[in-house]
Amino acid sequence: MKIKIKRYNKEKNEQTTIEEYSVNHNETILNSLIEVKTKYDNSLGFRCGCKSGVCGSCAIRVNGVEKLACKTHLEDEDLIEPIKNTEVLKDLIVSLHHEESLLKIGHTFLNSNSLETITKEDEKKIDRQSNCILCQSCYSSCPVYEVNKEFLGPYTLTRALRYVNDKKESAPLEILKNIQTNGIWDCTLCGYCTIACPQFIDPKSDIMSLRMKSVQNGFEDKSLSAFNSSFDLGFNNDFGFNPNGF
Amino acid sequence: MIDVLVIGSGGAGLTAALKAKELGSKVLVVSKTYPTHSQTCQAQGGINAVLKEDQQDSVENYINDTYKASHKLGKIENIKFFCEKSKETITWLDSIGVPFSRDENANIAQRKFGGTKAKRTCYSSDYTGLKILHTLYDQSIKNSIDFLNEHILLELLVKDSKVNGAIFLNIENSKIIQIEAKSIILATGGYSGVYHQYTTNSYSSTGDGIAAAYRAGAKLSNMEFIQFHPTSLEGKNILISESARGEGGYLVDSKEQRFIDELRPRDEVARAIYKKQHQGDKIYLDLRHLGLEKIEAVMPQERKLVYDFMKLKMEKDLIPVSPSAHYTMGGILTTIDAKTTLENLYACGECAQSGIHGANRLGGNSLLEIVTFGKIAGENAAKNSKNKETVEVEKIRVQEIKKEIEEILKKECKTSFYSTKNELGKLFFNNVGLFREKKKMQKALDYLENKKEEIENLGVADKSKIHNKNLIELLEFKNIYLIAQLIVKSALKREESRGAHYRVDFENEKEAFDKISISIKKEENIEILFEEIV
Repeated sequence: MKIKIKRYNKEKNEQTTIEEYSVNHNETILNSLIEVKTKYDNSLGFRCGCKSGVCGSCAIRVNGVEKLACKTHLEDEDLIEPIKNTEVLKDLIVSLHHEESLLKIGHTFLNSNSLETITKEDEKKIDRQSNCILCQSCYSSCPVYEVNKEFLGPYTLTRALRYVNDKKESAPLEILKNIQTNGIWDCTLCGYCTIACPQFIDPKSDIMSLRMKSVQNGFEDKSLSAFNSSFDLGFNNDFGFNPNGF
Repeated sequence: MIDVLVIGSGGAGLTAALKAKELGSKVLVVSKTYPTHSQTCQAQGGINAVLKEDQQDSVENYINDTYKASHKLGKIENIKFFCEKSKETITWLDSIGVPFSRDENANIAQRKFGGTKAKRTCYSSDYTGLKILHTLYDQSIKNSIDFLNEHILLELLVKDSKVNGAIFLNIENSKIIQIEAKSIILATGGYSGVYHQYTTNSYSSTGDGIAAAYRAGAKLSNMEFIQFHPTSLEGKNILISESARGEGGYLVDSKEQRFIDELRPRDEVARAIYKKQHQGDKIYLDLRHLGLEKIEAVMPQERKLVYDFMKLKMEKDLIPVSPSAHYTMGGILTTIDAKTTLENLYACGECAQSGIHGANRLGGNSLLEIVTFGKIAGENAAKNSKNKETVEVEKIRVQEIKKEIEEILKKECKTSFYSTKNELGKLFFNNVGLFREKKKMQKALDYLENKKEEIENLGVADKSKIHNKNLIELLEFKNIYLIAQLIVKSALKREESRGAHYRVDFENEKEAFDKISISIKKEENIEILFEEIV
């Protein structure tokens, strides 16, 4: 079976190349990458950890779609590339420096405890959102990042909803306030993040919920103005832009 | 000057950092990975606590169960502290946002785990570790904890038994840096990575902190005790949590017959499976009688894992399982204050031997340990730093280490260590695993000794400076190699069977060994002794 890997090592060559290898292990792409690394080229760079889909370190793109290498079966001739929208450091390893700052700006944490009683139903409301493993797949799939690196993006906004919807949070407005600029209104609702998420989280719906909650709490509905100005900002029509969602 | 340097960013490290920061310390967390990539995320089943004392459960019962599982190697005083604090620990986690599952009465839900009759294990569906870790990370961001990610620990700076900092390699550019600090906390995880390809653990669990502490002269303890989890997906080493059995799952053989009480302690269940497998049988986890609805409600993640990796459905199919290395009870010897035997050095979490688990750990006790002792380590390290002005550290070692790394990069790479790493993992699983005997363990030790020269002279094929994973894996492998020697030497000396350490040639527990083992560096040699538990 053949695996194609996009390689980049700036110490050797400024250009990226596509290398092809023959592998015997294809149970998971991670197994194949390990085989390439140990058998053909010890210098192949990729991150991995838990090998069971929870640490989120092995996100890559397979034929253009974000996947976790440890959970994805290799098909013949698959093209493996690093995730997008961030600097490639080496081969499949990308910079993750943005993560901490985005979460910080979003205030996606429990600000102050309301001490309210939490029921089974309350806990269910934030169950899916709190399954996020920060693998960056949604970040990679998001077209808004390509034009705006300040955008808070899917995982930060999903995390924002996780705390806004948490009955333990006594100051959800604090979080809503922080996601108005470069946040919920900048999203094109294209839904790529929802397709990319290996945890079956639906950031697009989460962002729509946050918009509704924001308007209910007196924040300005910027969806129309975002639509009007978006073309001036150089948005490409190929994004399948649809301000009403679908 | 940094007051508290935390090395490791899993649950233990983040808790320690939060506590030290709360007490006004200048804190820096240095980690080999990113915080949410840590091993803690893999803990599924839960975290133990006695939330209410009634006919069902009491702190006293909890203490007794934990001590019993430790086979007299736990320290009563530490266990008592740990269990008595359990409610407070859960309440704290709940208060910072951990979304614990609730029961019908809006209380934190609890389920049954092995080694106890009570429902004592709190959980967040079957993502308990993941949700605790991410909540701690969110709180770290809230509290502006400083992180230095992707830096691997190379050595602790030690002078006259005092630790004053550490030397790291920045994985992003291979630069060697020295960080001085008034107090240092090791929270670097366990050493199941020795059992490479036979462990449920992350590829990163290579005992780097334990190896560095040993080289610095700290006492390590109980290195022979390794917990093998009974149920990992056969051939995949992916964990299926004990909660699957806690919720009523069966273990059956190829005739679909049950052969053991599934909720016996992990060591007994794992050995029973291993034995059957060695007789040529296949073992399965049978959850079919629980039904889809219950499976979806209490173990959705596991259902997904089984489907993703085996293409099997829990509600319809038998799931083939086998034991694999899961948790390491041994580690850096610590007191109830999380102090190691070296001044200014603290340890918490799986890298520490804190007197809780002894010869066997109860499911649900490791998450509680990382938070309980993470807090203690943070608190005591912060206090230790309070009265110090600054620390003076020479720059000699850092220069020497720079040269050593350069030498490795210069060396011609004659043999790749990857095959040796696989060989070592397999050998240890078979010869220093669930069933042990002198002859087999001696063979493992001979193997290590024969490899000494080869391993000292290993080079790497990748000569680059940016994200040289080849170099990092070599450094990790050297730690694995050191720890493998400590495991087998301690296991050979303990001529008895106790908990996870089962000797075919000494099948009974012996009073003479009601002691913890100690591994310590004596000049360049490994010395193994036994110490009374006081």
